[in-house]
Amino acid sequence: MNTSKQKRVIPGTTMFDGEQARKGYALNKMCFSFNSAENRAEYLEDKEAYCDKYGLNEQQKKAALSLQVLDMLAAGGNAYYLAKLGGIFGLDMQDVGAQQTGMTKEAFKAKLVEAGK
Amino acid sequence: MAKIVGGINVTHVPYIGRAIANNLQQDPYWKPFFDGFPPVRQWLAKVKPDIAVVIYNDHGLNFFLDKMPTFAIGAAPEYSNADEGWGIPTLPPYQGDVDLSWHMIDSLIEEEFDIVTCQEMLVDHAFTIPLELFWPDQHPCPVRTVPICVNTVQFPLPTAARCFKFGQAIGRTIESWDSDARVVVIGTGGLSHQLDGQRAGFINKEFDLMFMEKLISDPLWVTRYSIPDLVELTGTQGVELLNWLTARGALLGEVAKVHANYHVPISNTASGLLCMEAV
Repeated sequence: MNTSKQKRVIPGTTMFDGEQARKGYALNKMCFSFNSAENRAEYLEDKEAYCDKYGLNEQQKKAALSLQVLDMLAAGGNAYYLAKLGGIFGLDMQDVGAQQTGMTKEAFKAKLVEAGK
Repeated sequence: MAKIVGGINVTHVPYIGRAIANNLQQDPYWKPFFDGFPPVRQWLAKVKPDIAVVIYNDHGLNFFLDKMPTFAIGAAPEYSNADEGWGIPTLPPYQGDVDLSWHMIDSLIEEEFDIVTCQEMLVDHAFTIPLELFWPDQHPCPVRTVPICVNTVQFPLPTAARCFKFGQAIGRTIESWDSDARVVVIGTGGLSHQLDGQRAGFINKEFDLMFMEKLISDPLWVTRYSIPDLVELTGTQGVELLNWLTARGALLGEVAKVHANYHVPISNTASGLLCMEAV
């Protein structure tokens, strides 16, 4: 008997469910630590060592160090936590949106304005 | 008994905090958003609430994924804001109302809503920004507060129907409190937006406007949708509309619209504002 429910597929969308929460725990825990200015400074001092301190796996580490949001999501990252990492580098939500959709920031912003019409 | 004077639902995008700090209210980008608030402030001045019960979702300030309650309530004399890591200004503390918190805890658990109780609780932008918008430049905030967190972060989320019932239980517990306090119920977050994935930037104006209308006339309308339906219709973070629905449930019975505003975009979000009072 198949006891697991089939997952809903929504294109371009990952629901942060138990599977993601399990997979991404170390990455999200590292990002949670960035609520502290001291930790943000420590990260900037030696990013790899900081990733190791939080036990990120290779996939998570590579994704975090390259700031590739889709890769971080694939590694179990949650948007709210990843935003704390992005914040260290001054990335706002339009930077993050543009990167994920392969658009320029201006084009992404224009798309948002268009959605309101 | 305490009286619920009405409810206000509003978007809580973090960058609103920065816009307030930089006095950008009349900047062309922000003006259509901030211009929604004077009628709500006038209404608040008229109905004079003593306490705000604020229903919101925490974004990784008080709660991490190590312990993620579906519903949680503050029971602290004071609630502090703190660094969220995004460079938005940290605001001064908010006064609690421990008597109301514990009355609510007793009644909600009696009604089988087994809520997590927090005698210490940090409040993030989803709590502070609405209060800043409703009572600008007033520190300390002129109302006492009770924060209530709904998990809209880690799935499974509570269903829309459950949130509405939770809201109704919140309404009943406020109205059964032996006090002459006047209470406003605030729901924060939404409306449609998606921050993550190739569908980032998703907004659904048609659904948002229908949701706002139905919240007044037929709040059970949205309970026909499952959580995945709501993600599809409103985005991965658009599901914060559950906080709006919970606040609407707390108003018990029929309501009339006092004021509404809707503007796209604020950051990546469709911003909404809906002020309601009992009829």
